[in-house]
Amino acid sequence: MTTVLSSRLGQVARAGDGSADIVCDKQSVAGSVSQRACTFCGSRVVLYPIADALHLVHGPIGCAVYTWDIRGALSSGPELHRLSFSTDLRERHVVFGGEGRLEDSLMELIERHHPSAAFVYVTCIVGVIGDDVEAVSRKVSERTGIPVIPVQSEGFQGSKRQGYDAACEALLRLIGTGSTEGIGKHSVNLLGDFNLAGEIWIIQEYLKRMGVEVVANLTGDGRVADISRAHGAALNLVQCSGSTTQLAKDMQKKYGIPFQKVSYFGLDDMAGALYGIAEHFKDPEMLARTRDLVAEEISQVLPVVEACRKDLEGKRAAIYVGGAFKAISLVKALRLLGMKTALVGSQTGNAEDYRYLRDLCDPGTIIVDDSNPSELSTFLAEEKCDLFVGGVKERPLAYKLGVAFCDHNHERKLPLEGFLGMANFAREVHASVCSPVWQFAPRFQSANPVEV
Amino acid sequence: MSTTDLRAAGTTSSGAVSESTTNACRMCMPLGASLAFSGVEGTVPFLHGSQGCATYIRRYLISHFREPMDIASSSVGEDATVFGGESNLRQGIVNVTTVYKPKVIGVATTCLTETIGEDVGSMLRRAVDPDTGLAREFSVEPPILVHAPTPSYAGTHADGYQAAVASTVATIATEGETTDSITLLPGIVSPADIRHLREITDGFGLPTTIMPDYSERLDGVTVARYKKLPPGGTPVDQIRATGHARASVTIGGLTTPGVTIAGEVLAARFGVPHHQVPFPIGIRLTDAFCDLLTELSGNPMPEWLLAERGRLVDAYIDGHKYVAEKKAAVVGDEDLVVGLSAFLAEIGVTPVVIASGGRSGKLAERITACAPELEGRVEIMDDADFTMIQKAAEQAGIDFMVGNSKGYRTTRDLGVPLVRVGMPIHDRMGAQRVGHLGFRGTQELFDRIANALLEKQQNESPLAYSYM
Repeated sequence: MTTVLSSRLGQVARAGDGSADIVCDKQSVAGSVSQRACTFCGSRVVLYPIADALHLVHGPIGCAVYTWDIRGALSSGPELHRLSFSTDLRERHVVFGGEGRLEDSLMELIERHHPSAAFVYVTCIVGVIGDDVEAVSRKVSERTGIPVIPVQSEGFQGSKRQGYDAACEALLRLIGTGSTEGIGKHSVNLLGDFNLAGEIWIIQEYLKRMGVEVVANLTGDGRVADISRAHGAALNLVQCSGSTTQLAKDMQKKYGIPFQKVSYFGLDDMAGALYGIAEHFKDPEMLARTRDLVAEEISQVLPVVEACRKDLEGKRAAIYVGGAFKAISLVKALRLLGMKTALVGSQTGNAEDYRYLRDLCDPGTIIVDDSNPSELSTFLAEEKCDLFVGGVKERPLAYKLGVAFCDHNHERKLPLEGFLGMANFAREVHASVCSPVWQFAPRFQSANPVEV
Repeated sequence: MSTTDLRAAGTTSSGAVSESTTNACRMCMPLGASLAFSGVEGTVPFLHGSQGCATYIRRYLISHFREPMDIASSSVGEDATVFGGESNLRQGIVNVTTVYKPKVIGVATTCLTETIGEDVGSMLRRAVDPDTGLAREFSVEPPILVHAPTPSYAGTHADGYQAAVASTVATIATEGETTDSITLLPGIVSPADIRHLREITDGFGLPTTIMPDYSERLDGVTVARYKKLPPGGTPVDQIRATGHARASVTIGGLTTPGVTIAGEVLAARFGVPHHQVPFPIGIRLTDAFCDLLTELSGNPMPEWLLAERGRLVDAYIDGHKYVAEKKAAVVGDEDLVVGLSAFLAEIGVTPVVIASGGRSGKLAERITACAPELEGRVEIMDDADFTMIQKAAEQAGIDFMVGNSKGYRTTRDLGVPLVRVGMPIHDRMGAQRVGHLGFRGTQELFDRIANALLEKQQNESPLAYSYM
């Protein structure tokens, strides 16, 4: 039986059991071996793909090391984001303060790399020793003439979600500083797409074909100058709702820009996102172009999906990912492949996300917030899953038990967004679930004895 | 002038002031501590700090070892940062004990809890005390609690590893009647290396406790039923007995000043004779290691090992021309680069740039001691980052780099091969199986280096030759 800590019982539910809302959006339980990280992590992942900015981690070396180029956020130009900058604080700075070190580091790195802006990430220890990062940033900004923006991301503030908010605040300081001249009426900003494996380029291509102008990418393949004029766009498209919905709300309040929550994963959600945009602009020609686009793209992907579905029909999947919005799309995408979702969970979902998941999933599906290896591995075995969709920390759990795996995280090397992404997803799931290696896994061993 | 001196003087060898670090060449102390605790039977590593530290370190080690890696956190939040984290620590220990039923919880601190001044030693004593303890408050009997102080700003991952090993023996080892056994303290090596060390000491007929031993826990088999506590690790009883072992042998053991190693603890506390040898890489250093084992066991090198040595000499000779007069950069933990440098020197490669993120201040001295022929011919950098390494490698001109995956960017820029060794190796399969130590590990390294150079030559040759 699964051991769920009593303090976590409210964070685990089953679809169709009609009980109260799932408990979520709270600090991880001490000793629970949570799969999620900290506030710093949340800020770092959101802002990371702004490629012409300097990302300086102010703290001891660990925080910078563990976030050095770990995400496949591609850039069409500068690649400053792929370097790992740290003030690398030592004992003496902890005792005497790190402001001087920060100022010197910023000056040195700005001179060396000529970035368009600099983000300074405040880590746990800087919050404790009380460096005035705001003052240092202002000073360096005046001396260098570029925006230097503190990101209040002390790890201990809370979970990743607080880090998202800190990142959004930092972005808000850039937005509104540039000219909005020449921006057309059918224009959007892309929020919460990190351009993993070049995914944002797929979406941009669709928008181009629809006749929609992209003002700024926040943040995948992002540029400081674009972001500074993002307030001139007519619509915000929020892809990773957990990380950037707050920014969209703030921009709506401050600049009157409406927003739509979208998902680019799976055929239904991808098509839905594009139709939503076309309907927003109320342009019949754009709507017609969108219909043609969707029809054409789906016709290319469906044969791949059909072929994979033949082998995958009836298999059982588990999903544990960072954001709940992504989990929702994955349930639908797996359904398209004929697969049933036995377990679905996320690190940072909110009550609304989990309510939606409960309605969407088949009765009996386990729904879990902020889970851990003990629970996940037991659910995986008890539910007899054939596939686990997750990230790096989940992969070895699946493999140790002889369960297929699909990487659906920030390190994926294959674009999974867009119609094309669904085909890639289908192929990857098929390649793993249908691999002959599982016959040797202890849980299947002796099922297929070979006579020689 | 060493790089440490240059840093202290506020300059690097290029003469520019360098305050920041770009692309670091080391990891943090709690990572090393988590790795070391993973090698103790039935242990759950536990970081007292904010949630991110444990998760980042898990993620990092998982991508190297490709194994599940459960590291608990006390999930210190804003309140605990202000008012102290004792209740988080206690609750965390209770929860880990309830779910995992571990034999040991290895508690390492982080920069956060060190800076707010948590007295973890006292907290753990209170946790196991009959009056103030977890048994009374939560009806949970805590396992053995080991505490390693590992503030990230004070040292490197290698220091954190050594601190955790030292704390573990300091907490668990006991006095007793001296045994026949020795304690082998191997430093950060691969699971394959640990298995090979076991073969070697078995070969000398020498009863040995390897501490820590993560060879099974971090390179395990696929299972039908998941085990929350992976099998393997140095048994607690054997760790107890390290206090009355015949001798302890530290392999490597270069640490930042202030970090004590386990062999020193055992010598100071229990009078266990302590020997220290460099990583046995290459023939000279492996011979030195084997000489010590002969001294300790009274037995000569076993036949099979002698045969491996002979085959390695044969391979050196067969391949010597392809590596001769080549120039290399060597990057990694200090203990590893000492061994690698000595090995490269003995096959005719000059490691023109030798770099580590370590900060013992003894790197140059150790390299010169192990490979005197390198003196004055190589640049030795400690406390280095990859910006410094790349610059030095460009200036010196290198034919290849031997180092971990973090060297990839530099070697890609320089257009030279990277032979992956050490940790982390997270862009290739098989980090767990990379052999570094002994004649066998050296053999693997030698073949990989020679083949990397041959492949480059072949790719660049108009001849497209297929014989050599």
